[in-house]
Amino acid sequence: MKVLVTGASGLLGGAVARLLLDHGHTVRSFQRRPSNVAGVEDVLGSVTDAAAVVRAVAGMDAVFHLAAKVSFAGAAEEFDRVNVDGTRTLLDAARDAGVGDLVFVSSPSVAHSGTSIVGAGAGPAVPELARGNYARSKAAAELLALAAAGPGFRVAAIRPHIVWGPGDTQLVERVLNRARSGRLPLLGHGAALIDTTYVDNAAGAIVAALSHMEAANGLALVVSNGEPRPVEELLAQICAAGGVRAPRIRVPGWLARGAGTGIEAVWSIRPGQDEPPMTRFLAEQLSTAHWFDQRRTRQVLEWEPAVSLDEGFQRLAAYYRP
Amino acid sequence: MVAEPWPGVDPSWSRTLRVPSTASVDPAGTVHRWHLLDNGAELTERGLEPAGTLLCVHGNPTWSYLWRTLLAAGTAAGSAPWRVIAVDQLDMGFSARTGSLRRLPVRITDLGDLTRTLDLQGPVVTVGHDWGGVISLGWALAHRDQLAGIVLTNTAVHHDPGKPIPAALRLALHPAVHGWGTTTTSAFLGVTHALAHPPLAKDVAAALMAPYRTARRRAGVGNFVADIPADAAHPSFGALRAVAEGIRDLDVPALLLWGPRDPIFSDRYLRDLVERLPAAKVHRFEGAGHLLAEDVNVAGAVFDWLGDNAAGSRNTASTGGDTESTNAAQGPDSYVPMWAELVRRAQETSPAVVDMAPLSRTADATGAAPAVMSWAQLADEVSRLAQGLTAIGVRPGHRISLLVPPGSELTSLIYACLRVGAVIVLADAGLGARGLNRAIQGAGPDFVIGIERALTAARLFGWPGVRISAQPLSAAKRALYSVRSSLAELPGGTSPAAGATMTAAGAATPAGGPTTAAGPFPADHLPPEPDPDSPAAVLFTSGSTGPAKGVLYTHRRLSAMRAALAASYGLTSGTALVAGFAPFALLGPALGATSVTPDMDVTAPKTLTATALAAAAAAVSATAVFVSPAALRNVLATTAQLGPGDRDALAHVTLLLSAGAPVPASLLDAASDLVPNAKLHTPYGMTEALPVTDIELGQIHAAETDAGAENVVGAGNGVCVGIPVPGAAVVVSPLDVEGRASGDLTSAPAITGEILVRAAHVKETYDRLWLTERSSARNPGWHRTGDVGHLDAKGRLWVEGRLAHILSTPNGILTPVHLEQRVESVPGVDRAAVVGVGPVGNQVVVAVVETSPGTARPSLAAPELTEQIRRAVANARIAAVLVVRELPTDIRHNAKVDRARIAAWAKRVLAGGRMGTP
Repeated sequence: MKVLVTGASGLLGGAVARLLLDHGHTVRSFQRRPSNVAGVEDVLGSVTDAAAVVRAVAGMDAVFHLAAKVSFAGAAEEFDRVNVDGTRTLLDAARDAGVGDLVFVSSPSVAHSGTSIVGAGAGPAVPELARGNYARSKAAAELLALAAAGPGFRVAAIRPHIVWGPGDTQLVERVLNRARSGRLPLLGHGAALIDTTYVDNAAGAIVAALSHMEAANGLALVVSNGEPRPVEELLAQICAAGGVRAPRIRVPGWLARGAGTGIEAVWSIRPGQDEPPMTRFLAEQLSTAHWFDQRRTRQVLEWEPAVSLDEGFQRLAAYYRP
Repeated sequence: MVAEPWPGVDPSWSRTLRVPSTASVDPAGTVHRWHLLDNGAELTERGLEPAGTLLCVHGNPTWSYLWRTLLAAGTAAGSAPWRVIAVDQLDMGFSARTGSLRRLPVRITDLGDLTRTLDLQGPVVTVGHDWGGVISLGWALAHRDQLAGIVLTNTAVHHDPGKPIPAALRLALHPAVHGWGTTTTSAFLGVTHALAHPPLAKDVAAALMAPYRTARRRAGVGNFVADIPADAAHPSFGALRAVAEGIRDLDVPALLLWGPRDPIFSDRYLRDLVERLPAAKVHRFEGAGHLLAEDVNVAGAVFDWLGDNAAGSRNTASTGGDTESTNAAQGPDSYVPMWAELVRRAQETSPAVVDMAPLSRTADATGAAPAVMSWAQLADEVSRLAQGLTAIGVRPGHRISLLVPPGSELTSLIYACLRVGAVIVLADAGLGARGLNRAIQGAGPDFVIGIERALTAARLFGWPGVRISAQPLSAAKRALYSVRSSLAELPGGTSPAAGATMTAAGAATPAGGPTTAAGPFPADHLPPEPDPDSPAAVLFTSGSTGPAKGVLYTHRRLSAMRAALAASYGLTSGTALVAGFAPFALLGPALGATSVTPDMDVTAPKTLTATALAAAAAAVSATAVFVSPAALRNVLATTAQLGPGDRDALAHVTLLLSAGAPVPASLLDAASDLVPNAKLHTPYGMTEALPVTDIELGQIHAAETDAGAENVVGAGNGVCVGIPVPGAAVVVSPLDVEGRASGDLTSAPAITGEILVRAAHVKETYDRLWLTERSSARNPGWHRTGDVGHLDAKGRLWVEGRLAHILSTPNGILTPVHLEQRVESVPGVDRAAVVGVGPVGNQVVVAVVETSPGTARPSLAAPELTEQIRRAVANARIAAVLVVRELPTDIRHNAKVDRARIAAWAKRVLAGGRMGTP
């Protein structure tokens, strides 16, 4: 099958492209930078450029859409332009090009507000409810994608939660950098349970969607390792794998959430590309539970996570200390 | 009619009806506008044919809204839908304001006028709450031809004119308060709504208040309160009396649902109704209150009951059937009254009951002499008490709460009560003050016999029943505790407690009491022996899984319990036993065994020392020792004090039985040095069925070996409790994927399910817990224990935990006991609870542990400990490990870990909530 992967320069997009190649597919990638995945035909461009998108989807049987603006900070318009408008452009182009299947890679945060999530399933995306520009824009995009689902153009939304692994800049590098510079406090008692997804497992579920589009068409499915852990333990294990001393300073959760709001407000008016050290969103993520029910995912995709958390951390440690 | 949405009400139910009145207070030709909720039209629209009509009558100050869940359930009740009509009484709810004072007889007439206008056909079941209960019964008595049943919730039909009415009503009726509280302001409404447990949702409270927003619309509320017949002079007293006496003749099924947390319609009114409607099914919802239909699922209970009735009173038939089948197992002639041995040995001078005196702390190592009661003295004392109790008005069926510490006095009282057919209520301090109060209020004793501390509690909590002091009291204290009598003054003789018939050890002589001349148990001074199937005792569960439940035994079932114990442990006539565990101690005289109570605080098992145990054993040359695990631990901790004589006495012991809480093999191993010639047994059972199985120390080790070797199917995963005792059968009801014990009963090995037991000595029923009984006895002949476990190929039972505590994970059902054993195998872990956190079917496994050295404050476990624990239970994938200073346990045994409470705490903490303590 000829498949397009958008956002293949990222951790998860690259893993998806590699896995598709392993499965014998012909893989093309589409993003602004080279994918650096051997065996992949790179088409460079942005999802905000309609003409480039049309070129990318030409001749494809299926599309995996991972390209997105992922950040804790930034202007709302920028998120909307890339995540919402970009998705609309890609959906239109794919349908016009006769693409049969599209897998939209989303996030569980599209369906949840800042309250704790304790073993909940995948509810519908609610942009009005989602916290932060990323989640809000992804929620709107997922609604667009699933609304486009039909018998001739099948769409599934896969929502992996907190993807990490060797080479991860989103979570692992952030945690290690902050831990190194002493800017990673422990929030509250650190016992809040968090679901995460080792990158290979997320890629496995996303690729499994392609062979299960009959059942997955029109659905949003949450993906995780199914091994929620206390946040403090996760951070400690990331630090241990990265060879950095685990955080010791403890900040009450309420204080961090309050401080996060203040810092976020300052950063939003301060010019520059760097992210604030603590956003309210991040503070919430690190002091309330969010773990999920993915029984339906496993059933629909006939998929199980292949790499356990323990195995994942061993691979992470090997990456940092080869 | 629905001017605004009432949550839970389908707008199509709301209708009005013009009803011609025949009431005496209305001029001829008067027509009143009624409002009702009625699902009749909805049923017709759906083409459903109702099985009958529920006629629901609200009280004051509510309205038909109170019954909304019944309407919904009536429509939803699939194969057997019911039409449900909930009326707004005149001057109430959204019915007309008549401007007249409508007293009880008028209101009964009003309801009849309404049903005539409705042309209500077919069977009708009345449902009433508060004063609506009386009105519904008035209607029921006037419509016997179509009456099919009655349901009552927190109401009253009779008030003893000699007693004050509830304080809350006295206040509402006070001239200075009445008009202002009930009509001018909405205070009466507000206070009533505040009686909901848990508090009402805002929208529900608003709906309840909706028809009563102005003083004019509240006139009926005030008039209703004014119609409460506080005394015989009240105009409605006669009508109330007619209803109260009339219902004694009703022969339809009755269901009484009650919320005990009701300051107005308290348990005393329930007891009155039970007395008038002895065949009624009764369920007390512990923790619920006056607005019962708001607090609990009344609709579910009512429709379960309707279903049972429709099935041809299947439930009663099956219970009756069970009794026969289990009796058959025991043999029809095996019933032996509990007091039979007392009668048989009434002339013997050998010791029957021995109370050890407190061990002297001085140099005199022998201490004071034990108090010994011979069989003859015991028979005399039981006889004296039986006659005395009869003389002061105790009758067969009366409930007597015995709040006296274990020993000869309690033993005598128990056998006296049993002999006269009174029902003994045994609630112990191990329930905690709150639990004890709930238990006694729930059982509703007619008499309370207690030591002074118990009388203090009786006064403080306002326990029902005539109070009798176990000891002589001063006149001032008698007045303070409202004590009617003391045991010593009971007619029939002098009390041995006063010293007249107590003798020193070994010098027992027959008492010279007045009963001796006539022989014990003179028939002309006592009621006939009670029927074997009449109630004999109410015992209480430990309350480690929710509020303590009353468990009712008949004489036949108590007798069977004694037979089961005798057969299981060879406790024949002539055995001498040390009773360090109260429940078995009480059976001593029935077994024909000499029982000695050691020097200990029976409410605190940990107070039994090795020396005290040995002294007790020596006093009667005991061959059997009954002791709780907590007591045994302390005995083993104090063995250094034992002298050679003590060791000799303990060497006589051939049976040590430890029960009451899980008994680890390590504890019995340690005890085998103490009693070197004894077999060490531990039974498995519960208040509802004791014993179910038994295991001996050697068998425990054999089972552990089998579990390790994995060569016996089903060996392992839990605690092996042995094979069923003679006369008992055990099966399991397998669990489904969501952890419900829904599978067909099986005795196949290695299948985990809820444990069911069948035996002649299983409880008769739960007391005033009809729903609980219905659920526990839903397999005819079997009792569902609420425990989970499995059998192995050798027929041994392995207990895996409580049904309420199973973990339902995406990877299947897990049970806690085995996991906890694995966690406790990790060095430094003293005790563990393994609980599920999250939605059913998607729970994660969480271990909560006590460690040594202990932790000051609860926290996430250190990474090393977490890793060790994860490795110890690799198959269960533990999400988190939390460390606490102390796991909460039950009060009675300090042994059963309160997993429900720990799970709730862990859920909060792991969601990111406050740490606090479990």
